[in-house]
Amino acid sequence: MLDLRQVTKTYRVGAFGGERLHAVRGVDLAVAPGEVVSLIGESGSGKSTIGKMVLRLIAPSAGAITFEGRDVAAVRGHRATKEYYRRVQGVFQDPFSCFNPVFTADRVFGLIRAEYHRSASAAAWRARVEEALATVRLDPAQVMGKYPHQLSGGQLQRLLIARALLLDIRMLVADEIISMLDASTRIDVLNLLGDLKARGLGILFITHDLSLGNYISDTAVILRRGRVVEKGPTGEVFAAPAHPYTRRLLSSVPQLHTTWEQADAALRAGGERACPGCARGGQPGAHGPVELAPGHHVGCFTAQD
Amino acid sequence: MSLDVNDLAVYYRTLRGDVRALDGVSFSLADGEIMGLAGESGSGKSTLGKSLIRMDARMRHVAGTVRLDGAELPVADDARMVPFRFHQVSLVPQYAMSALNPTRRIGRMVRELVRSRGVDYAGVHPELLRRLELVGLDEQVLRRYPIELSGGMKQRVVMVVSTLLNPSLLIADEVTSALDVSTQRAVAEALAGFRDRGFVKSMVFVTHDLALVHQIADTIMVMYAGRPAEKASSRTIIEAPRHPYTRMLISSLPEVGVTFAGKRLQGIPGRPPGLLDPPPGCRFRDRCPLAFDKCAEQPPFAEVAPGHWAACWKAE
Repeated sequence: MLDLRQVTKTYRVGAFGGERLHAVRGVDLAVAPGEVVSLIGESGSGKSTIGKMVLRLIAPSAGAITFEGRDVAAVRGHRATKEYYRRVQGVFQDPFSCFNPVFTADRVFGLIRAEYHRSASAAAWRARVEEALATVRLDPAQVMGKYPHQLSGGQLQRLLIARALLLDIRMLVADEIISMLDASTRIDVLNLLGDLKARGLGILFITHDLSLGNYISDTAVILRRGRVVEKGPTGEVFAAPAHPYTRRLLSSVPQLHTTWEQADAALRAGGERACPGCARGGQPGAHGPVELAPGHHVGCFTAQD
Repeated sequence: MSLDVNDLAVYYRTLRGDVRALDGVSFSLADGEIMGLAGESGSGKSTLGKSLIRMDARMRHVAGTVRLDGAELPVADDARMVPFRFHQVSLVPQYAMSALNPTRRIGRMVRELVRSRGVDYAGVHPELLRRLELVGLDEQVLRRYPIELSGGMKQRVVMVVSTLLNPSLLIADEVTSALDVSTQRAVAEALAGFRDRGFVKSMVFVTHDLALVHQIADTIMVMYAGRPAEKASSRTIIEAPRHPYTRMLISSLPEVGVTFAGKRLQGIPGRPPGLLDPPPGCRFRDRCPLAFDKCAEQPPFAEVAPGHWAACWKAE
C-alpha cells in the first residue's frame, strides 16, 4: 500500500548552507494493509523525518514514496491533497499541544465535517462520531462538550485517533504517540493500534522505545543515522538480531527481568560476527542490504556516519 | 539512617485551594542506598524530590520533618536551607540541557559556582578533573560552551558538578528520561558508580521507568496520588509486589518478547483522583479490583515483611 524506494532527505546546514546533513539515506520500506511497521531508532536516526515525508510535511530530496500505486510527490492542488489526507493521517507525540485550547471536542469533530463531509446529515454525522469514539473506547458522554484541559493525555491521544478515523483512512502515521503517556494508560493506546490493524489499517509506528516497537509491530525497521541497519519480521529481529548496532541497542534496553550484566553476558556469548554482505564480496560500506532469511535484511556492518 | 522523612506533607497553593501533592509521606534511606522513586505523572514523586532540596514559591510545607544524618533539614525555610544545598543535599535536574549557563564556558561556570558556596576552587580542581575522566570526559570540556556538548555529555557534566562536594544525599530527577537508550544506560551506571565510590552517600532516583530504575536501585518506592503505595527492595517490587497498584502497573509494561498477538496486556482502567479535594480513604480505591468496605479508611504505610512496606489492607 505504502512504498518507499531509495528515499533520501538531505538538509543544507552550516553558516552558508555549505554543508550537507543526510537525515535519511536510501531507505526502502513498505507497509501493507493491516500491517504495523515500526520505525525504531535513537535521536537523529531520521525516523520522524520519514514519517513527515509520508505525510507530505516535507519533500524527499531523492527517491519516491508511492501510496496505493500513486506517487505522493505528484499529489498537487487543493482537491488532490485533501483526497490524500482523507486516506493518510498522522498522530503525534504531544496530545496537549495538538488541540486548540478554546475548542471543545465537538467542534474539533465539526471541523472535519465542514472540511470533508459536508453532505452528511446531522444524525448520520452523530452516528459516525459515536462509532469512531466507540472504536477508540471513549465514552461520548465523557468527552463531548469538553475542552482539552478537562481531558487526560490518554483521552486526548485517543481523541486524535478518533478524529483520524472519521476520515476514510487507510494509513496512520503514529509518531511517538505514547511516549508522553503514563505507563498505565499507554498500553491501552497500544492495544487500540492493534485493533485498528485488525480492521485493515496500515500503521507506521515511529518510536525510540524498543519494547513498545516489539509489542505491536509485524515488521521492525531499525534506523541509525538515516540508514536502515536491519529490517525484518519483528520476532526475528528481536530474537536473533544480526547487526552489531541492533544487538548493542537491544542489550541496553532496560528490562524488568534481565539485568544489564546478564544482557552483556549474552551479548559476549554471541561473539563478534563478520558482515555477511562484505563476506559475499560486497564493497565495505557501499554494498546494499543483504537478505539473511526471507524478509530479514541487514545493512553493512561497517557503514559509518 | 542517612535520611529520615517523617509524615511529610506539601501542598501547592492554587486559586481554588490547596492541591495535596504530597500527603503524609514517611520513609528512610540507609547509608549507601539508592532508592528509585517511581510513579505516574501527578503521583507526587517530583514534588517529594523537590521538597528535599528547594520548594518553589507555590509549594507550602504543611507538616512533617526531614532528618539528614541525624540533623534536622529545614525544608520549609528557604534561607536556612542554603548552607545545606550543594554541600549536604544536591540535585541533578531533569533537563541538564537547560541547567547550564549558556553564556559561560563550563570551567568558568563551575569556578563561580564553587566559589559562591564558599569553597576554594583550587582545592577541588584536581578532583573535578579526576571525576570528569571517570565519566569519560576529558579536561577539554571545561573550555567549551554548553552548546558545544551533546545531551549525554551535558548530563554527565551536571552529574559531576552536582556531586563535587560529596553531598550526603543526591536527588536525580528524571535524569534519563530525555536520553537515548544507550546514553540512558551510561548515565544510570555512572550514577551508581558515584555511590560505589562514595561521592554521594545515598540517592533518590526519581523516574517513571520501572524497568530502568530496577537496574541500579537497591530499593524502589512506588507513589500513587501523593502517597507512598509500596516500598521494598527492587527485586521484590518487580517479582513479588503486594500492593494492587504496583502489581497492575508492572503487568501493564510491555517487555521485549511480549507481543500484542501473543499476550494482550491490560492497562489500569480509570484515572487517579484529583488532589484538590481527594476522597477520604485509600486513593486507589476507585480503580482497585480488590477494594472492599474497609478501603474507605486510609490504610497505613505499614511494614508487611522485613524491609517491605505497603499501604493496603490486603497486603498481608
